[in-house]
Amino acid sequence: MSPVVAHLERDESTVTLLRELVAHLRQNRTQLREEWARRITEAKLLTAMSADEVFAEATAVYDNYLEALETGSIEALEAYARNLSERIIPRGVETDEVVGIVLLLRDVLARSLFAKYRQNFDLLSRVLDAYEPAANRIAITVAVGFVQERERVIRQQQEAIRELSTPVLPVRERLLILPIIGIIDPQRARQLTEQLLHGIRVNRAKVVVMDITGVPAMDATVANHLVQTVEAARLLGATVIVTGLSPEIAQTLVNIGVDLGKMNTVGDMQGGIEEAERLLGYRVAPVRDAAPAVEE
Amino acid sequence: MQVPILKQRDYLIASIQAALTDEDLKHLRDALVAQVGEYRSRGVIVDVTALDVMDSFAVRTLRDLAHMTRLRGAETVIVGIQPEVAFAMTQLGLRLEGVAAALDLEEGLAYLDRQAKRSTLRGPGPHSGHRA
Repeated sequence: MSPVVAHLERDESTVTLLRELVAHLRQNRTQLREEWARRITEAKLLTAMSADEVFAEATAVYDNYLEALETGSIEALEAYARNLSERIIPRGVETDEVVGIVLLLRDVLARSLFAKYRQNFDLLSRVLDAYEPAANRIAITVAVGFVQERERVIRQQQEAIRELSTPVLPVRERLLILPIIGIIDPQRARQLTEQLLHGIRVNRAKVVVMDITGVPAMDATVANHLVQTVEAARLLGATVIVTGLSPEIAQTLVNIGVDLGKMNTVGDMQGGIEEAERLLGYRVAPVRDAAPAVEE
Repeated sequence: MQVPILKQRDYLIASIQAALTDEDLKHLRDALVAQVGEYRSRGVIVDVTALDVMDSFAVRTLRDLAHMTRLRGAETVIVGIQPEVAFAMTQLGLRLEGVAAALDLEEGLAYLDRQAKRSTLRGPGPHSGHRA
């Protein structure tokens, strides 16, 4: 967030009021913090964390919250929110929980202000005028920080998945296998095809067994890519055998009407390799009178 | 630029050395279809290793060539399609349906030899291998 918006605009009287209410909230820190932690537990938020952890984080958030209220600067809070998100995201804390606890804190503090200023409605109203925008800004900051951190994690993971190379492995002379694991998106499909075509040329492969046991789902686009890959490989003189189509994928492909007539498919990778060996003219036979395997 | 056509045993080999105009391609097609009969060739190899681009006209002409020579008794193999070209062709939906393809000249000759052996053993039968 830019420094321009990091500072809340406030006039003299607002500053005075906020200073006063921060002093009040500091005074009642122990009690309010406990109240807050209790409401978090009641609302069944942060269930992934132990009570002690919740209380420790609550204390830290509370202090940062007051500081942000007092100084009007949310930079420290932002940094803390990022740090907190980094720690709690891997433990499965959800966005609604984070937003929930910050809103709870806002409410707990507001209640305490109601109690303090209930004699003087006019003053209470002015205190809330000062408090509410600041509190809302803080809530937004924490929520945005959390969501941004989540997005960063997701981006990082996407990157990692994309970088998982799809190996093109020679099994025998002129026979390659290409085990595909994970979702195929258009970008990966392209990369895959390129790797396969170069693999075919470098290894002078005649047959490629492409195993898609590890591909969880397939839509028309991906199926189309698959057909294109098979066709491109054929242009280099290689036959592609596709293996490991799950029942779900088989159903999908038939339902969406992808023309797989040109594709060579075999049930599993073992069958695919056997078929490839047949095409290449290999015959694998067990050695008779072989010495029994040594067992310990 | 004209493409030289070499006769090698029962086969005709046309090795394209540079990008061809549509006219050149048509000329090549006609020459090969004619010479298949002249030399009683059993196979034709078109080497496209030097081509960085294959447009729809080129693909169609090669496909027609293959179908025409088959009608005149010779199998055509396209050899040396670059990986990038193959990829681009499939992306653009340019298919060499029913046309055999092989990695390079050597593979193409091996393919034709196998086809010849098969047809002398069993007579013309269903083709296996790389025909789609």
